Amino acid sequence: MTEETRKELQQVSSASLGSWVKSGEPMVWINAAAVSMSVIAVIGLLALLAVRGFGHFWPGQVLAAQVEDGSSVRPIMGEVVDQVEVSGEQLRSAGYTLTGPGPFYGRSLLKQGNRDQYGTDFVWLIDEQVKERDFPTTAMVIERTEWGNFYGYLGKVISEGEVVADAADDDGAAWRAFQTSIDQTLAVREDIHHVERVEIGHINYELERLRLRQRSLELQGKDTPEALAELAERRAELDAEYRVLQDQLRELYASIQDHSYTALLADGREVTLPLARVVRAYRPNDMSLLGKIGFYFSKLWEFLSDEPREANTEGGVFPAMFGTVMMVILMSIIVTPFGVVAAVYLREYARQGFVTRVIRVAVNNLAGVPSIVYGVFGLGFFVYFIGAELDQVFFPEALPSPTFGTPGLMWASLTLALLTLPVVIVATEEGLARIPKAVREGSLALGATRAETLWRVVLPMASPAMMTGLILAVARAAGEVAPLMLVGVVKLAPTLPVDGNFPYVHLDQKFMHLGFHIYDVGFQSPNVEAARPLVYATALLLVAIIALLNFAAVALRNRLRERYKALEH
Amino acid sequence: MNMQTHAIDMQALGRQPTSNLDTADTSLKVEDLRLFYNQDAQALHDINLEIPRQRVTAFIGPSGCGKSTLLRCFNRMNDLVDGCRIEGSIRLEGDDIYAPGVDVAALRRRIGMVFQKPNPFPKSIYENVAYGLRIQGINKKRVLDEVVEKSLRSAALWDEVKDRLDESALGMSGGQQQRLVIARTIAVEPEVLLLDEPASALDPISTLKIEELIYELKSRFTIVIVTHNMQQAARVSDMTAFMYMGKLIEHDSTDKLFTNPAQKQTEDYITGRYG
Repeated sequence: MTEETRKELQQVSSASLGSWVKSGEPMVWINAAAVSMSVIAVIGLLALLAVRGFGHFWPGQVLAAQVEDGSSVRPIMGEVVDQVEVSGEQLRSAGYTLTGPGPFYGRSLLKQGNRDQYGTDFVWLIDEQVKERDFPTTAMVIERTEWGNFYGYLGKVISEGEVVADAADDDGAAWRAFQTSIDQTLAVREDIHHVERVEIGHINYELERLRLRQRSLELQGKDTPEALAELAERRAELDAEYRVLQDQLRELYASIQDHSYTALLADGREVTLPLARVVRAYRPNDMSLLGKIGFYFSKLWEFLSDEPREANTEGGVFPAMFGTVMMVILMSIIVTPFGVVAAVYLREYARQGFVTRVIRVAVNNLAGVPSIVYGVFGLGFFVYFIGAELDQVFFPEALPSPTFGTPGLMWASLTLALLTLPVVIVATEEGLARIPKAVREGSLALGATRAETLWRVVLPMASPAMMTGLILAVARAAGEVAPLMLVGVVKLAPTLPVDGNFPYVHLDQKFMHLGFHIYDVGFQSPNVEAARPLVYATALLLVAIIALLNFAAVALRNRLRERYKALEH
Repeated sequence: MNMQTHAIDMQALGRQPTSNLDTADTSLKVEDLRLFYNQDAQALHDINLEIPRQRVTAFIGPSGCGKSTLLRCFNRMNDLVDGCRIEGSIRLEGDDIYAPGVDVAALRRRIGMVFQKPNPFPKSIYENVAYGLRIQGINKKRVLDEVVEKSLRSAALWDEVKDRLDESALGMSGGQQQRLVIARTIAVEPEVLLLDEPASALDPISTLKIEELIYELKSRFTIVIVTHNMQQAARVSDMTAFMYMGKLIEHDSTDKLFTNPAQKQTEDYITGRYG
């Protein structure tokens, strides 16, 4: 190849680079790269949450081993939940004697449970010190209502002071007897829960209402002896009912009190524990794959449908889920009419000019105000001002304890409605602006007034835009936590805002919320290690719920859009 | 006057004989109408015009001459334009439609309008035609069925759509949509029908159908049509008004205006010298 042809070729190649840039292909690649990055980020986020969160419900193998640290040997038992590499330097300075070549040593986090025995649920172990690793099939895990999980071996099952079965004699029979006893006590606990929460709760609610009625009669000066006698009579009835339930409860409690079991700890100690505290007992090392899958789904279902236990670190998140959905729905019901009406006024009725421009700028800026500011406003205006006024006017009998003058579901929904109002207004206005003038004129020319035109033609055609606004509003509101902490969310609400007591929906009640639940479990929990998987699982659940709400709204919008499609050109 | 200079041969158009114009009463009477946009921009200058009942009157003229603006004065569509001011009067059967206290919605039911581009509502064919009646509070199924059928027949659309009345009007062709809009307008039984270039967005066959329809409808309605197409004006109208720069230049029977115009400007326009 001569020098000349080489130069020529270079010229051609540089020209082709220039034309490649000109052809627009680099732009396509850059766009594609940006899209793939976004998709990867979303998938990565969901995958992380799913793996970290949903792995938690899988029954892990229970390890039994001996830890040799220098001369001392102690037996341990539990689930390995995490493994890291640590430098030998660091471990030596912490006082460990290391024998391996180094420089890095494996360290495992063992969930040993038995907080009532050892004080902590979790313990770090140096891998090389763990000897005689074994996964005994008789190792059992017991989930309890208090003190976290128990790890150990089954001893005796005791009922009314007598030993029903002993694992030392016949392990299989003892395990079956144990499970039967657990099922029985669970059934009784279910009854107790029903009596306490539903029946006694109902009576307490009625008694409170009677007290309030008496107080209101006193306030109105209508507390005649007849009226008071009537109230007293009703109260006596309720008291009688209450006493019956109380006896029933005492019996139920007595029936489970004298059931217990003994269990052997890893170090051979035998402890006696009450059966009434057991939620479930299982032997993960003895489970088949199918059994594990079944167990996984029952745990998952518990997570979705149960109430939280043990400072929210165990059990389920149903009340938080319920509160989140309820609040979002209430917010939507409030924000949609307000936003639409405001947008209709701005676009259809107001004379376009300086004032409407100022209003639009203000609305757009409202969308950028930090959400905590709305929380402060909600607390100051809704709760302390409007709520307090409402209490003065409608609930004077309950004072000084506030009814609406305290954070609650209604104020939280209202605050979030205010927060999302700009989104709905802007989206609806854009929708209204897109409707062809010809269609409006067509309606007016037929003798329709402006209001009729608006109602029959314009608003239906703008409905997809309103849905778009609502979708954005829901997406923003469902994920909002900061303002809610000020206006109604609590870490543990004893009852749901909807129940069987009149008036069935309690807008004045405080409620739980998944977003706040994540914060509370992850950062306010006394047992961070135990709670961490739940943080991921709850986060994934929150994402799933928001996505579900959004999909529902998007599906609705697409149906509306289909109907008015042909006009959008 | 030499017939050959005229672009339009009245005989060759196959026109129906013109109705007797002398016996027609006046439906709309325009007196000294002036229209201003934004204070000083005057769009119409001292228009004086009588539109005969149950005849077709065509407005012709170059773009921007004010013919559509004048048409929109008849059903007060210009009310929707900010800064639009009107002086003078328009009388429908003797009543000033710009008098204070006039119910504009009621007026628009008496004077219906069809626009340049078909503008059906995003509703079913049936609901489009029934719209005007529902606005008036008529919701009886039997009445609506009857009126819808009658209006669609009048608009020569019934046979094409009778099996798909519940389908969206947006799925129809442009010509069908325009006839649907006419059906929708005549369903409320107006006295006057204003047509603002009703065929300008349509293909020749649809245009022909619309023209035939106009001929059918003039026995029942007073029709005012704005058109760019002089052949169309000559074919369908009994009276023609030529406008130029916001002024009414000439207003006469169509035969006379196209064969023997009184004004030089009119002659120049219809012979294609400008516009």
